[in-house]
Amino acid sequence: MSRVTIHSLSKYYGTSAVLDGFELEINQGELVVFLGPSGCGKTTTLRLIAGFITPSSGRILVGERDITHVPAYDRNIGVVFQNYALFPHLSVFENVAFGLRRRKRSETEIRQKVEKALDMVAMGHLANRMPRELSGGQQQRVAIARAVVIEPDVLLLDEPLSNLDAKLRLSIRQEIRRLQKSLGITTILVTHDQEEAMSIADRLVVMKDGEIQQIGPPQRVYAEPANTFVADFIGGANFLTGRVIDNKFQTANGLILAAAHLPPDCRSVVIRPERIKITSHHGSLDNAITARIANETFLGSGRIFDVRLQGGDTLSVYVGAGEDGQPSPGHDDVVLHIPAKDVVGIRDATARAEP
Amino acid sequence: MSITDRQSAPGVGADRRPARAADRWYAWVGIGRAIYFVGVAASLFCLLVPLVLVMWLSVFESEIPAIPPSGYTFGWYGKALANKQFTGGASLSFEVALLATLVGLGISIPASLALHRRRVPFSGAIVQFLMSPMILPAIVIGAGLYVALIRLEIATGLPLVGSTMGLGAGHVLLTIPWCLRLLLANICGVNRTIEEAAASLGAKPFAVLGKVTLPLMWPGVVAAALFSFVVSFGNLEISLFLVAPGQITLPIAILQYLEWRIDPSVAAISVLQILLITAGLLLTDRFVPLTKVV
Repeated sequence: MSRVTIHSLSKYYGTSAVLDGFELEINQGELVVFLGPSGCGKTTTLRLIAGFITPSSGRILVGERDITHVPAYDRNIGVVFQNYALFPHLSVFENVAFGLRRRKRSETEIRQKVEKALDMVAMGHLANRMPRELSGGQQQRVAIARAVVIEPDVLLLDEPLSNLDAKLRLSIRQEIRRLQKSLGITTILVTHDQEEAMSIADRLVVMKDGEIQQIGPPQRVYAEPANTFVADFIGGANFLTGRVIDNKFQTANGLILAAAHLPPDCRSVVIRPERIKITSHHGSLDNAITARIANETFLGSGRIFDVRLQGGDTLSVYVGAGEDGQPSPGHDDVVLHIPAKDVVGIRDATARAEP
Repeated sequence: MSITDRQSAPGVGADRRPARAADRWYAWVGIGRAIYFVGVAASLFCLLVPLVLVMWLSVFESEIPAIPPSGYTFGWYGKALANKQFTGGASLSFEVALLATLVGLGISIPASLALHRRRVPFSGAIVQFLMSPMILPAIVIGAGLYVALIRLEIATGLPLVGSTMGLGAGHVLLTIPWCLRLLLANICGVNRTIEEAAASLGAKPFAVLGKVTLPLMWPGVVAAALFSFVVSFGNLEISLFLVAPGQITLPIAILQYLEWRIDPSVAAISVLQILLITAGLLLTDRFVPLTKVV
């Protein structure tokens, strides 16, 4: 259990960069999530840390130890794979014992540690089963036990929940988090699921095309996305383009919005759909805008309204089921209220925000 | 058209057809099934008839086979087992087949591992090269090897022609394509991430091979060994060129015997061979289910 330092890590295949200048420090016991669409380099980074592939340049340190050129079997890093990757010819017990046997531990120690690890993931009673006799969720639990039983310095999880159904995903996600906290193990999880990422991470690393887009705690990344890609990838987002005039934002269609944080050179703002309120009257509120509801989509937990603003801009507005004043599409005008603090200006260049 | 009619029609598309069209559809399905079953039965019949005939023939009483047979006896089995040519041939065939199988596996296992990972340049060409003995007529290989071995013997002075080693080496050419094909097919089923998982748990490359890759390839290894053994044991063409004078394999012994006589002892020795291989298959099946192997 140690700090992980990744210094200008790059991986090229031929001339194309899969990963370019990756720079990150992970604190001891922290859970960092690499988030991004497929092909963004997140899995490549994980495989570089695990030692399955070698970097074109850069360094990886665990604690003070430079492991950049250490073979995978000497790294002491636990890995959990998307497809579980259990040894199909070995029992659950022997799967978990595999790493300890490679370390030449005594039979009593192996028995004790394997049983403890299996109990941690509530699989102790199935120790004698073969992997093919287990469900996907059970297999992934065994895979997690197998990875942590060797007391690794770092735990890597490569899309560990993608092959599970929605209900199971939620419970195993919580289990991973609980286990990770109780063991205090430095952990990196890779996913393309932004909800999963936000719910589990201490810090997010949002990636695209082999480059880091933003690093920060989930709340921060959500509230203050560094660029349109991050804003769009994480949660629903409305984008308005335009320019800054007198500390206010003027959209291309002439709408003027008050905004709390507005970098002077920003060319677009992002507004989260759930931050917009639909009311029926102009009050003494900032950014009260007359609009008309064009469409409505029922989501169960609430509704998404597509509203057309007077200037011609359109916005998505999310209204929770419990909230007052449920409007309906029609010809009547409504008034949108957008708090100035929720109009977030973004520069559209790759920006790195360290916490 | 009643509701029950509609429900009885097969498939989604068929339930909107008029009743008569549905009947016609049924008739075609019936004819199709009949053709299918006749085809399967005919194939099975063609495959099994020679075996059954050989077994039948082996218990004919008369020396010159005639139908209907004059009587039945198991005497030919005793005669076949007493024939030194047959027993000696069988033991040499066994020895050579075992040798060729082991050497074939010894070459093909590392080759398939390396070729599958595509770390080797020209791996496609190498696979084709190693598979080529399967495509070349065995008689050509036999003749070619014979000439080559004579040349080699003249050049080196080593006794190559007519040695068990030379014969075994020829048979290795038969076993390599079978081993390689079956192992390559099997190795594709070994998930790469399982090996990576083993490495991340501290297994060095040889431990990964021994504890994970080979155990997972095991059905393929068994199948390769089985087919290699059978192919080598039954080979005639290559052996004909490479055996030493006075030393013969079982297929050659059978051929030579048939040149002079056609009594049922040849059928008897064949039945024994069939039984032996069947026993071997059943025994293997206890350890590795054959349905998994091929």
